[in-house]
Amino acid sequence: MTDDAAVWLYAVTRGPEPGGLAALSGVAGAPVRAVAAAGLVAVVSSVSSAEADEQQLRQNLEDLDWLAATARAHDAVVGAVTRSATTVPVRIATIYHDDDRIREMLTEHQAAFSATVDLLTGRTEWGVKAFAASNGSDTSSGEAVSGESAGRAYLLRRRAQLRAREAAEHLAAGHADRVHAELGTLAVAARRHPPQHSRLTGTRASMVLNAAYLVDDTSADDFAATVKELDEQRALLDLHLTGPWPPYSFSRIAEVSA
Amino acid sequence: MTTPTPGSSATPELTGSRNHEPANLADVLERVLDKGLVVAGDIQVNLLDIELLTIKLRLVIASLETAREVGIDWWERDPWLRGDHRLERENRRLRDRLAEIEGDGDRRSLESDDVREGARHD
Repeated sequence: MTDDAAVWLYAVTRGPEPGGLAALSGVAGAPVRAVAAAGLVAVVSSVSSAEADEQQLRQNLEDLDWLAATARAHDAVVGAVTRSATTVPVRIATIYHDDDRIREMLTEHQAAFSATVDLLTGRTEWGVKAFAASNGSDTSSGEAVSGESAGRAYLLRRRAQLRAREAAEHLAAGHADRVHAELGTLAVAARRHPPQHSRLTGTRASMVLNAAYLVDDTSADDFAATVKELDEQRALLDLHLTGPWPPYSFSRIAEVSA
Repeated sequence: MTTPTPGSSATPELTGSRNHEPANLADVLERVLDKGLVVAGDIQVNLLDIELLTIKLRLVIASLETAREVGIDWWERDPWLRGDHRLERENRRLRDRLAEIEGDGDRRSLESDDVREGARHD
């Protein structure tokens, strides 16, 4: 029931058309299809004016429910395409007037897309997050203190706790740098993202590493095993492996290495 | 034409172990908003616009340092968010000034200490 006002771009692959597109539904539930040109395939869906109008789009991007649903839908399509072909993921809200404009875009950027696909072929993005492990130092607040100095004792204890926490986080950040360096040796490319805020991660532990690694598929088992080992070796850190991801963090890899 | 299945060739054995987590929304948003190839679409919403428009989200997702790097720091100047009632003080100062001009000296001396006290914290 869309008025097909415009075309939403999810990802670009090299031909032939990846299988299974007909089974996918994209942003606002629209059917997903392919537009081919210059030996490349753009994975797209039609969107109504509700999604494509510039003013409306700005408002939508401020609506967290819309944004969450759209981000999930976009990622689901990109993820599905990634599983059947080497894929260059495109940023959310990349919209063209029609299929002809998509073909023009593919033709214009043919060399860059092709180079990026070459660099991504046979490789997968993995995410690793590290949190400063809590060692229970915050729980030592229950001792009894004598009446008159209770307030002062509390303040001293609180200050000591905060200092200990700061020191632990500083130490954890150092360990995180070394973990990142070590994982980097197993990867073709690595990127550090800003750590996520604890309100979002839902844990009080502070995130000291939020990184993405582009790993050869033949090394994927090694990489995962190394993450596990490092997690066990480094008591100050809790490591979390996420993925496989479409290569979002490395979609500009050709520009970078050029 | 088979439907792609999750976790095929590229998925290492560790999948499903305690260290491996399904994609949470924060991770997805971080990638689809900030990463991914940027090509100029016909409907222009540029990078910075998205960052500004999704500021509520970005405050939560990105570290404050990152937000400052791209110039998003209005909360540092917003008196309400800073818990800094500068406007209120400014109003009071103007009222004091008016009272002073009108010759109500007592009231002025009482409140202006308060104002100076507050101003020093800036």
